[in-house]
Amino acid sequence: MIRPGEIAVVGAAESTKIGAVPGMSQIMLHADAALNAMAETGLKPGDIDGVACVGPMMPQQIAHYLGITPKWVDGTGVGGCSFMLHVRHAAAAIHAGYAKTILITHGESGKSRINATPRPPEPESLNGQFEVPYGPFGPPTLFPIPVLRYMKERGVSHEDLAMVAVVQREWAGRNPRAMFRDPITVDDVLNSRMIAYPFRILQCCLVTDGGGALILTSADRAKDFPTKPVYILGTGESVETNMVSQMKDFTSSSAFRVAGPTAIEAAGIDRSAVDHMMIYDAFAHLPLYGLEDLGFCKPGEAAGFIREGNTRPGGKLPLNTNGGGLSYTHTGMYGMFALQESIRQMRGTAPAQVPGAKISVCHGVGGMFSASGTVVFSNEQP
Amino acid sequence: MLAPGRPKPKPTPETQHFWDGCKEGKLLLQRCGDTGKAYFPPRPFSPYTGTRNVEVFEASGRATLHSYVIHHRPVPGFTPPYAIAVVELEEGPRMMTNIIDCEQTPEALQLDMKMEVAFTPLDEEVTLPLFRPAKESK
Repeated sequence: MIRPGEIAVVGAAESTKIGAVPGMSQIMLHADAALNAMAETGLKPGDIDGVACVGPMMPQQIAHYLGITPKWVDGTGVGGCSFMLHVRHAAAAIHAGYAKTILITHGESGKSRINATPRPPEPESLNGQFEVPYGPFGPPTLFPIPVLRYMKERGVSHEDLAMVAVVQREWAGRNPRAMFRDPITVDDVLNSRMIAYPFRILQCCLVTDGGGALILTSADRAKDFPTKPVYILGTGESVETNMVSQMKDFTSSSAFRVAGPTAIEAAGIDRSAVDHMMIYDAFAHLPLYGLEDLGFCKPGEAAGFIREGNTRPGGKLPLNTNGGGLSYTHTGMYGMFALQESIRQMRGTAPAQVPGAKISVCHGVGGMFSASGTVVFSNEQP
Repeated sequence: MLAPGRPKPKPTPETQHFWDGCKEGKLLLQRCGDTGKAYFPPRPFSPYTGTRNVEVFEASGRATLHSYVIHHRPVPGFTPPYAIAVVELEEGPRMMTNIIDCEQTPEALQLDMKMEVAFTPLDEEVTLPLFRPAKESK
């Protein structure tokens, strides 16, 4: 088995600009972030021997564009958490000796749509037959499908779900790169434009342009790089279903319950040791599911945990400290940006730095509760 | 007939019987030969045990409202606000659907209310299993 701390992230960078980047195509957003990550590590494309990215971008497109001849590739595509799975697979590949220095990239022209390639479900796919005819139109109509059931079973109010957005905006206010930084109140959220009841616009993620890249290598080699190594303690992954209507339990994600605890167990840590957490927040309910399914709150307690300020600046479990998909950025596959924030927190370079943070849990979702990936990071090697 | 513009499902060999059933006014599910449990969406084997010993049977059409959203933005073929719902069939499986003969409001759409299937033609070829509040619950 791979040991906690055996593999490290040595390069981590976002595209030079995020938000509205009309001057870059989708593939250039990948490359821009990759070049930024290589620059901070002193690596050249010829030094990279493994490449991972998620469709519609294929590893061969990125490898050729950047001038890399990889010995290992991964095109795992399970939605916006694919990068957490890439980290997991890359760590295993380095452990196995398949590659030494692996580059994981993301780029998405989600807002400007330059060379973006939408892929609506085919009418003969299961989604095309058994969901699409009933009028879902993108994630805002599908991801919140389980929310009313969750609210009823767990006793969660509209105000609770508004509070998630309020707290994350508080974090975003401390981050100059966040798209939305002005403070908001619960009333602001509940009076914002209705998108798909029960969610209003301030409970839905942004749609932006941006990219991100990570470079992983063995912890032994990491010591030779100019950057502060961030060690991978544990990882987990799972999938459930591509159809949210077929999710087994509308109050809890099976993929979360596998990926999260797998990562935490592999890391060999107690949940009380976690200083910082990222939970991919495409919509306001996701942090609640994440806190409960990963065992940081008991079922039904996550809303109160957030309401009482535990995830706010100064709280005992700072959560989504970049402002999240709700306020920082969301290209369409936000998982890369959650990972970037965990790395910044572990490097001690985050705009809203959690003082003394040593362990960060980064949890992603793909599709509409379709998939999940979790990575536990630390700035100390066990 | 539903408003034009709604996306039309295209059956595959594994799902043809379901869509044929809808056209005939029958909600056809499948049942695992090993466990006796019903499942959906259609496939010629059991997702519980992998056995190919499965049978098609007609469901009662009775269901409860499990969850939903009410979409407020324009979508081709739909008039907002409209609910995109998931119902839980009496036999266990859940399916996405739309709710007809009911106001599309949180007040009218109460979770766990009783529903019944309402087959509604999309065009000459395809009939969708929509749902309406069950008569007894009105």
